[in-house]
Amino acid sequence: MPFFTISKTILRSLFGRPATLMYPAVPREYVEGSRGHIEIAVESCSFCSLCQRKCPTEALSVDRETKIWKIDRLRCIACNFCAEACPKKCLSMATGYSPAVTSPGATEEHHA
Amino acid sequence: MIESQDFRETTPERLIGEVQGMRDAGYRLVQIGATRTEGFEINYSFDRNLEFVNFKIRLADNTEVIPSISGVYWSAFLYENELHDLFGLNIKNIHIDYQGYFYRVARPAAFAEKPPPPKIKRAVKPVAGTEVKET
Amino acid sequence: MRTIIPFGPQHPVLPEPIHLDLVVEDETVVDVIPSIGFIHRGLEKLVEKKDFQEFVYVAERICGICSFIHGMTYCHGVEQLMKIEVPPRAHYLRTVWSELSRIHSHLLWLGLIADAFGFESLFMHSWRLREKVLDIIEATTGGRVIFGSCKIGGVRRDIENGTLREIAAKLRDYAVEYKDLGNVFLNDLTVKRRLCGVGVLSGPDALGLGSVGPMLRASGVAQDMRLLKYAAYGGIDFAPVTAEEGDSYARCAVRIGEIFQSVEIIRQCSEKIPGGAIEIKVTGLPEGEFYARTEQPRGEVIYYIKANGTKNLERLRVRTPTFANIPPMLKIMTGCQLADVPVLVLTIDPCISCTER
Repeated sequence: MPFFTISKTILRSLFGRPATLMYPAVPREYVEGSRGHIEIAVESCSFCSLCQRKCPTEALSVDRETKIWKIDRLRCIACNFCAEACPKKCLSMATGYSPAVTSPGATEEHHA
Repeated sequence: MIESQDFRETTPERLIGEVQGMRDAGYRLVQIGATRTEGFEINYSFDRNLEFVNFKIRLADNTEVIPSISGVYWSAFLYENELHDLFGLNIKNIHIDYQGYFYRVARPAAFAEKPPPPKIKRAVKPVAGTEVKET
Repeated sequence: MRTIIPFGPQHPVLPEPIHLDLVVEDETVVDVIPSIGFIHRGLEKLVEKKDFQEFVYVAERICGICSFIHGMTYCHGVEQLMKIEVPPRAHYLRTVWSELSRIHSHLLWLGLIADAFGFESLFMHSWRLREKVLDIIEATTGGRVIFGSCKIGGVRRDIENGTLREIAAKLRDYAVEYKDLGNVFLNDLTVKRRLCGVGVLSGPDALGLGSVGPMLRASGVAQDMRLLKYAAYGGIDFAPVTAEEGDSYARCAVRIGEIFQSVEIIRQCSEKIPGGAIEIKVTGLPEGEFYARTEQPRGEVIYYIKANGTKNLERLRVRTPTFANIPPMLKIMTGCQLADVPVLVLTIDPCISCTER
């Protein structure tokens, strides 16, 4: 009579390491190449607004006169289209989720 | 690389006869879908051992009455209720008729509205949060 | 005396909301009336606004579990319409990601069915094994659930051959643990009492009602859309996994068999993958109509794409496997006991967000 067939798995996990992390006390280590949020090296940005045109969710806005590059973190889906389109290669994808914001529609600004 | 796509045209009067022929030949119903072109087009798809057959009905508008095939294929009632809710198509004698409450959409027959004419030039994307103006 | 008991849309056992009105007579379910529409987002109408190349992002987000194959089917359909020849390396990479997607989806389902008949520690163990597969996916594509790696003309990221062989070796090690897990599902006495003989669907019934995927294969019909030889399946050696009895136990056995089959397919891909480019530039606009059919973990998904030579497609119609599996589910529920209803709802692997895009 096959009873308790799960005992082998249970014994193994009883004497092994837990599979969970004590997050947020223990910080999470992201794999290299994991998509998290977009970062910009704004000194080399030429404000051509190619990234704004390529963004599928309209999360970016670029203003050439005032030299401001804005991103709406909640709209960004971390698809990497903008980083691939940038001719100056100043956009890059960094790991880690973007932190929570206090109101929707709040944009993050970077001035040159 | 992929199997041939066999498209055949039919009319509402001949529909049940052709579908009964498919049933007797052992085909299974794959999907029923509709498209809004100048009028409407309804596609019935069938499959048998990876062989794919398609029937198309062209209609001028959505007031024409189309007979339901749920007498032949029982599972067709889901697709026909969906067509009624999204396109406003008039299908009579569905086995289980939800009478417009299948999807509970806010705007009935929303897919029956004509799509906007395609823009020739791609305009600059508007800033998130501002109003969209027609270019 | 008949009572009508509403099941759902909120229920601890359902992964997504669906509403069923069960007509019950003294613990036996006599009739079932389904009611869907809680997640209808109208995604098919979004083709009128989004460029056909950007729509891959929307297609991937139709469902959270089978997301890669939605994106791949859309790309496959548009590429066949525009007669684009995708390089063979991209085909093999797409196959590897599809099979990883299938493994994680079946492990997720095994956890949910264990939860449905009350065996919670088995649920937790299945999902623990699934986490390791998600780690592999995150290392290769950047995202755990939404991969974002398919585009029209190829794929966006590459996996080196050395990494691919390591992945195949890792999966071979995990396969030992999958065997232990499968052993609990298929041989434990209490699990068998809940699954054997419940919800029997015979072969001709399954075909007549239009069921697809593991539901059809567990009733003895060997139909698998991967035999259409899209992506790299033409060069891979495999046969569809079937079972004969047609009850919930057979469906469980088919899905467990498919996990091992996917591990084997990934091993074959890692040996046969050619070198070369991973994408090809896309020029021109699509025109015409096409039906693209592929095999998701839940069954056959069919995309009808109609284009008229402009940047937006004219019509995109998605028919997902759960939509086709709902009528067989209604048929197998008539005559069952009330306590079997959660098991029968989960035995079709319902993905309601796919069903009502």
